[in-house]
Amino acid sequence: MIGRTLGRGLLYVLLSVVAFLSVFPFYWMIVGATNTSADVVRGKASFGNNLVANIEYFFNLFDVPRVLLNTAGLSIVGTILTLAVSSLAGYGFEMFRSRFRDRLFGLLLTMLSIPFSALMIPLFIMLSRAGLMNSFAGILLPFIASIFIVFYFRQATKAFPGELRDAAKIDGLKEWQIFVHIYLPVMRSTYAAAIIIIFMANWNNYLWPLIVLQSNENKVITLIISSMRSGYNPNFGAVMIAVVLATLPTLFIFFALQRRFVEGLLGSVK
Amino acid sequence: MAKSRLERSDQINGWLFTAPALVLIAVFMVYPIIWSLWMSFQVGKGMNFTFGGLTNIIRLTQDPVFLVALWNTVVFFIFQVPIMLTLALLLAAALNDPHLRFRGVFRTAIFLPCVTSLVAYSALFKAMFSDAGVVNNALMMVHLIDKPILWIRDPFWAKVLVIAAITWRWTGYNMIFYLAAMQNIDRSIYEVARIDGVPAWARFTQITVPMLKPVILFTSVTSTIGTLQLFDEVYNITEGGPANATMTLSLYIYNLTFKFMPSFGYASTVSYVIVVGVAILSFVQFFIARDRRAA
Repeated sequence: MIGRTLGRGLLYVLLSVVAFLSVFPFYWMIVGATNTSADVVRGKASFGNNLVANIEYFFNLFDVPRVLLNTAGLSIVGTILTLAVSSLAGYGFEMFRSRFRDRLFGLLLTMLSIPFSALMIPLFIMLSRAGLMNSFAGILLPFIASIFIVFYFRQATKAFPGELRDAAKIDGLKEWQIFVHIYLPVMRSTYAAAIIIIFMANWNNYLWPLIVLQSNENKVITLIISSMRSGYNPNFGAVMIAVVLATLPTLFIFFALQRRFVEGLLGSVK
Repeated sequence: MAKSRLERSDQINGWLFTAPALVLIAVFMVYPIIWSLWMSFQVGKGMNFTFGGLTNIIRLTQDPVFLVALWNTVVFFIFQVPIMLTLALLLAAALNDPHLRFRGVFRTAIFLPCVTSLVAYSALFKAMFSDAGVVNNALMMVHLIDKPILWIRDPFWAKVLVIAAITWRWTGYNMIFYLAAMQNIDRSIYEVARIDGVPAWARFTQITVPMLKPVILFTSVTSTIGTLQLFDEVYNITEGGPANATMTLSLYIYNLTFKFMPSFGYASTVSYVIVVGVAILSFVQFFIARDRRAA
């Protein structure tokens, strides 16, 4: 009995340590944003009074509102496009099954494991030739059709009640009307979860924008952070401001939609 | 008659609904991956391609930077993936206990790192692990070390730092998958095992782990793909250094293409090493995880 209680206590201690290590960097990024660069590098773990100076430095270095607008705009447009194209395909693959399309879908699944590193060189050449370097279209195009999200919607569509579609057909609705007026509202929680996954992926996208956006006026937040920390003498206080700004939206989404967030992650393996 | 018309309209609709995605995938995935296979046999700088046969593959075997990048990628894969997945599995098992207090708080805290962007947390870790940084201060305060570890400047510790960083970011993510799968296991199995006197550790290895096999397979395949493509973290924390100690295949491809005079052909050959690596490792993992009773 004592051994059990002791084991239990140890478990709580271990879990607390892991939880602390998980959360501490969040605390520290906020603390860092209030400290001078020297204090950040020296590991000062308490709040300082350099917040305003860091913000001023950061906003003087970059057109921050523009950068945030770029990132948000790209993420929102990218999310809408991916959602539209991929949910249509997921619905199509599940609702109108044929042997040939089922095989095609199997082929798509094997392509899930194609690493992006193997695509980036041809994509870079293709988009350069098409004159889409430094453009938002160039960033978005390769990611609009996501096999992962198509798969996600196909899995979710299996739970869509067939009677609803039959009833709608008897009422004379066309397939696209069924999709817009019945499928969309019924599947809204699936959409909500997908929105979170896709938005996060877009907001955090780095390698591809790094390649496509060579000019300065089109930068996104991940590129700003990356260019700030790589200088000869980076101002780490200002870097922390950028890190906080990059993290806040996704953190907010997580806390606002925690259940959907987790559902979204899990949807893919159900 | 009516049936065949219905079938035909289903065919048309099936193609209409899937066409946008299929066209985009064909243009931005199928075409590039085939093109890059073609390119991997070409030599020459910039866009001047000439067929080089096996030249690029021979160059691979003699390229010290490639060999180091391959070795590092393998090291990251061998150490990071098992450490992270084991940790995630143990945490999930602990948090699956309905009698555990504050489990919601623990779960949220451990999952939280997943909301950060790879670049943002890399910049954060770079600052935290600086020579006189907060991590060294803390380790010295609790007397685990007596002089600062040069996390970013020492070849060995730089690797440890990258592994620690990735583990911080992704353990909670994998844990959530395990937790969800554990909730689908019938509790009465555990009750029966406990009444039969099966100890907790054996219940974990004999019941939980086998039941979670499909999810473990899923997470190990996705983690493998992620690790073999490692880029954002090494580029932003260590820039592949010191002296290529954290150079990865993806970072090397990036350097070959965008830092030096571009040699698209050779860079494509390196990228196909990742393609082949992912294919082999996924196959091996499927092979290990297949149902042994059927074999």
